[in-house]
Amino acid sequence: MWQAIRQELYPEGLEIVTVALDSLGLKVALPFIEVAKPTHPSLIDEAHLLDELFGVVNVPSGVWIDEEGVIVRPPEPAFPTGGKERKYQISEDTPLYVQEMITEVKKIQRDPAKYMSALRDWVTNGANSRYALSPDAVIERSQPRPVEEAQAAAHFELGQYLYQQGQIELAIEHFKQSHRLQPNNWTYRRQAWSMVDPLQGPSSWYDSDWLSDVRKIGAENYYPTLKME
Amino acid sequence: MILHTLEISPQQLKSRLGWEIKPQGACKAEICIPLPSPVMTATGAINVPKLAERLQMPLIHDQAAGLWCLGPEGGAKALTSAVAPDFELPDWQGQTFRLSSLRGKKVLLIAWASW
Repeated sequence: MWQAIRQELYPEGLEIVTVALDSLGLKVALPFIEVAKPTHPSLIDEAHLLDELFGVVNVPSGVWIDEEGVIVRPPEPAFPTGGKERKYQISEDTPLYVQEMITEVKKIQRDPAKYMSALRDWVTNGANSRYALSPDAVIERSQPRPVEEAQAAAHFELGQYLYQQGQIELAIEHFKQSHRLQPNNWTYRRQAWSMVDPLQGPSSWYDSDWLSDVRKIGAENYYPTLKME
Repeated sequence: MILHTLEISPQQLKSRLGWEIKPQGACKAEICIPLPSPVMTATGAINVPKLAERLQMPLIHDQAAGLWCLGPEGGAKALTSAVAPDFELPDWQGQTFRLSSLRGKKVLLIAWASW
């Protein structure tokens, strides 16, 4: 998806860097990367460093950084495509859990047209773009980080390290702590659930799953409303 | 930052958590926090529990694994400065990439996942 945008906007001075937040590393990200055939940097972030450094709490998230290395928009939902044209196939063979997931996914709000229009404006107008935020606004709009959420980052990092060392039960305890301490961080939850069930469904390991948690908040609130100005 | 001991070098602190030890204290972007003397050991290493207390960083211990994890500073916002934190990650072909290598270009950084 992003490769086409890169081809369009690279000559105008924009580089795209995609970062896969995947604790299981290249082996799970590679099939997607091979399809995308990126000519831009395509990175693997096993430790979810971007969660910690930038305050990413869901994917996809986009961050705009200017020529001097200053952030002009903090993480926010970033879809290049995928609005009303999304289609889902449900058949009689589709498992019930998946059918229910699709029902919720259809309710999720996305606004790729608004996002891409703003991105093109910034690429053309730089600091004069009305979408380029001041440093104070960037900090203000970034995720809150009370002590509990800093603790969540540490528990998640320890969990993913232990998981990679094969200490699964110890790892899961830390993942659960990260979920408890930062409940709005979907990357922590989805990553952990996906490592015991690719569909992120109910399991004996966790007392939560994607469908249950999305229903609790309402699928329309899964991403914050995109406020570009 | 995963730790096997409770002492780290200033270089480790800077490369993983972005805090640089300077004469005026621990500094990140425009912020500098003076460090009381017990934070630095006689050999120039950092006493992690003292640093964690000073910078409000969580220090999580897993006794069974014999490991600690030093987390990011808490108490404010995820971004304490608009200066983009520099980071180093491998690309899909195994080459090391550093964000600051793109200075001079506009960058759209996209976080995604396979899950």
